[in-house]
Amino acid sequence: MATFTRRRLAAVALIATTALLGTAACGGGDDKPAADGPITLTVDVFGQFGYDDLYKEYMASHPNVKIVERGTGSNLDEYSPKLTQWLAAGKGAGDIVAIEEGLLVEYKANPQNFVNLLDHGAADLKGNFLDWKWNQGLTADGKQLIGLGTDIGGMAMCYRKDLFAKAGLPTDRDAVSKLWPTWQDYIKVGEQFKAKNTGASFLDGATNTFNTVLLQAAGNTTGYSYYDTSNNLVVDSNPAVKQAYDTTMDIIDSGLSGKYGSWSEEWVSAFRQSKFATIACPAWMTGVIEGNAGPTAKGKWDIAQIPGNGGNWGGSFLAVPKQSKHQAEAIELAKFLTSAKGQIGAFKAKGPLPSSPQALEDPAIVDSKNAYFSDAPVGKIFAEGAKSLKPVYMGPKNQAVRTEVENAVRTVELGQRNPEQGWTDAVNNAKKAAAK
Amino acid sequence: MAVQLDARPPVVPAHRTPRPTRAARLSRFDTRYSPYLYIAPFFLLFGVFGIYPLIYTFWVSLHDWDLLGVDHPFVGFDNYTQLMADPDFWHSVVNTLGIFVISTVPQLLAALWLANLLNRQLRARTSWRMAVLIPNVTSTAAVAIVFAVLFGREFGMINWLLDHVGVDAIDWKANRVAAWVAISTMVDWRWTGYNALIFLAAMQAIPRDLYESASIDGASRSRQFWSITVPLLKPTIVFAVIISTIGGLQLFTEPRLFNSGTNAIRGGPMRESQTVTMYMFENAFAPHYNFGYGSAIAWMLFVLIAVVAAINVLLLRRLGGGARKEESR
Repeated sequence: MATFTRRRLAAVALIATTALLGTAACGGGDDKPAADGPITLTVDVFGQFGYDDLYKEYMASHPNVKIVERGTGSNLDEYSPKLTQWLAAGKGAGDIVAIEEGLLVEYKANPQNFVNLLDHGAADLKGNFLDWKWNQGLTADGKQLIGLGTDIGGMAMCYRKDLFAKAGLPTDRDAVSKLWPTWQDYIKVGEQFKAKNTGASFLDGATNTFNTVLLQAAGNTTGYSYYDTSNNLVVDSNPAVKQAYDTTMDIIDSGLSGKYGSWSEEWVSAFRQSKFATIACPAWMTGVIEGNAGPTAKGKWDIAQIPGNGGNWGGSFLAVPKQSKHQAEAIELAKFLTSAKGQIGAFKAKGPLPSSPQALEDPAIVDSKNAYFSDAPVGKIFAEGAKSLKPVYMGPKNQAVRTEVENAVRTVELGQRNPEQGWTDAVNNAKKAAAK
Repeated sequence: MAVQLDARPPVVPAHRTPRPTRAARLSRFDTRYSPYLYIAPFFLLFGVFGIYPLIYTFWVSLHDWDLLGVDHPFVGFDNYTQLMADPDFWHSVVNTLGIFVISTVPQLLAALWLANLLNRQLRARTSWRMAVLIPNVTSTAAVAIVFAVLFGREFGMINWLLDHVGVDAIDWKANRVAAWVAISTMVDWRWTGYNALIFLAAMQAIPRDLYESASIDGASRSRQFWSITVPLLKPTIVFAVIISTIGGLQLFTEPRLFNSGTNAIRGGPMRESQTVTMYMFENAFAPHYNFGYGSAIAWMLFVLIAVVAAINVLLLRRLGGGARKEESR
C-alpha cells in the first residue's frame, strides 16, 4: 500500500513538474551568442530591398557572419505591427530592421528602442546621404540617429505602351511625357483614352494617385502634409491636402479609375489582366509592377515623367534595435548596406532609388536601363530629379491619419459617398484618429 | 448517513493513539491532498494562460498605454467611457452580431439535417462521415483567401455565375450585407460538418426503441425527428450554440483575410465587415498602437460574449421546456 501510494505521488509530481517545465519552456528561448562560432544576423524587411547579392558579398568577406533576411515581399501593413510588437516585447526583432519613412516618426518618438548610431561612428557618414534623408533619421533633438537611409521615392508615371497604342495615343516615352505637364492634362489624356473603349481603365485606383499628388503639392508648397512642422493636425487647413483631394475627385468624376484597392488581390489581378494603363510610380514601384504583372508583360510597360513637378513618396531606413545581441556586427552590416555601393547594388537588383548623392551620380545609376520597362533609362528619369527633391514633413500619427483620408477618397471612388461627404469624413475621421 | 453496517463489535484500540507510522501518514496525506495535485495541472495552465492575461488586460485597459511608450499613466475608466461613445466600436458590434446570426442559424440547422442523414443506413457510411469533416481540417487562412478570390468584384467566380443568370455584379467587399453573407459562407463551409458530427454522436446515443415504438404508432420520419431527436439532442444543441457563440463573436481570420490590400484591418472603406476583434486589433496595434483602448475593447467583447451566451441559454431553455411538455404528453 505504501509503495503504491508513493509511486502514485511520484507520478503526480512528475505530471505537475512536466506541465510546469512545459510552461516555462515557452518563455525560455535560446539566443545565447556563441562566443567564437559564427553569428547569425537577421535583417527584417518588407517588400523588395534587393540585398541578396550584397549579403553574399558581405558573407564572403566576413566568414564569421551569416545573414538571414525575413519578410521579403511582405506588405508594409503586415510588417509594421509585427515590428512594433517585437519592440514592445523587447524580443523577436531582427538585428537590423527596415523602417519606412511614414512610420519612422512613430518610432522616433520612442528612441529608447534603438541603438544611437551616432555613438558608433555614424556621424562620419553624414555626407553619404542627401541632407534631408540624414535629418529624417535623427530624433527631434538631433541627439540620436535612429536609422541610416536606404532609398528615396522619386516619382514617375508608368504606363502600358500596348494599351496606349490601342487607344491611338503616342507610345514613345518623351512624347507621352509631353502629353501631361499638369494633372489636368493627365485627366484630359485619360478622357481621350477612355473614349476609345480599350477594355482597360486609365489608372489603377484613386488612392495611390491621391497620395502622389499630395506629396508633390506638399513638397512644392508648404513642405508638410497632414501635420505642420509643429505637429498640429492641418488636414482641413493645408491647401496641399485640399488640392490633392480636388484633383483626385476630378479623376474619379471623369470615370478614369479602375477602382482597384491598392495592394488588394484585385489590384494584383488587374496588373496581370492588363486592366489599367497608367500608375503613379515612385522608384520602388517599378519592382512591384514587375512582380505583379509578371514576365509576360515584359516590354509592354514604359516610364514617363510624372504630371506636375517632382515629389517624393516613401523610402526607408535601416535601424538596429537595442534588443539585438550583436549590435556592433549589425551596425557594421547596416553601414555596408546603406553605403553608396550598397545602394547601387540594391538599385540594380530591385530598383529602389539611392539616397546617397555619390550613388546618384555614379554611372552605374545614371546610365542604367530597366529591361522590363522597355529599356527605359530609369537612372536618368529618377536620379535627375532626386537631388532637387523637396521632402515632406510627416507628423506623429501620419499613418493613421493618412489611412482615414485615403479611405474617404476610396468611399467616393466606390460611389458610397459624394465628394463633399467624403471631404467631411476625411477631416472628421482624421481628427478622431489623431486623437487616439 | 452514519449507518453502522459493520456487524462486528467495535474494535478497542490496544494502545492509546500510537504514533502514526510513516506509511499511514503518507496515506493520509495522499487521500487529503493528492486530489488537488491531480487537478493542479489544469489550474496552473488556466492560471497562466487564462486568469493572468484576463486580469492583466483589465489592468492595461485602465491606462493610457502606448505600445512603445515608456510611461503608462493611469486613467481609470476613461478608455471605457470613450469606447461607449465610439460609433466605430458599435458599428463593429453590429457587424459581428450580423455575421454571427447569418452564419450560425443556417449552420446549426444544416448540421442537424446532415447529422440526421448520416444517422441512417447508408452505403460507405464512414466515408460520408469523414467527408463532412474535411472542410474543418483545412486551414482557416487558406479557406479565407480562396473565398476572398471567389467573392472578388471583377475577377470573382460568384459574380461571374451571377452574371450568367442576369444579376449585376455585387461589390462583396464594399456592401455591408453582402460582405456579411460572404463571410458567413466561409464560416458555414468550415463548421457545418464539425457540428454535424457532434450532433451525430449525440443522435447515436438515443435509444433505438423510441423510434421503433414511434414507427409502430405510425409517426412519420419527420415527426420522429422533431418529437424525438430534437428534444433529446437539447443538451448537445446548447453546447453547439455556446461554442458557436464564442467562435462567432471572436471572428477574426475570415473577415481579416476577406479584405486584402492596405489597411485591410478596417474591413472595407466604410468598415463594412470589421468585427470587434478586428477593431480591437486596429486600436491595440497598427495603426494606433493604443494598447489601453484595445484592452478595453477586449473586455467589452468578453462582456458581450457572456451576455449573448446567456441569452442563448435562456432562449433554448424556453424551447426545451416546450419540448419536454410535449414529450410528457
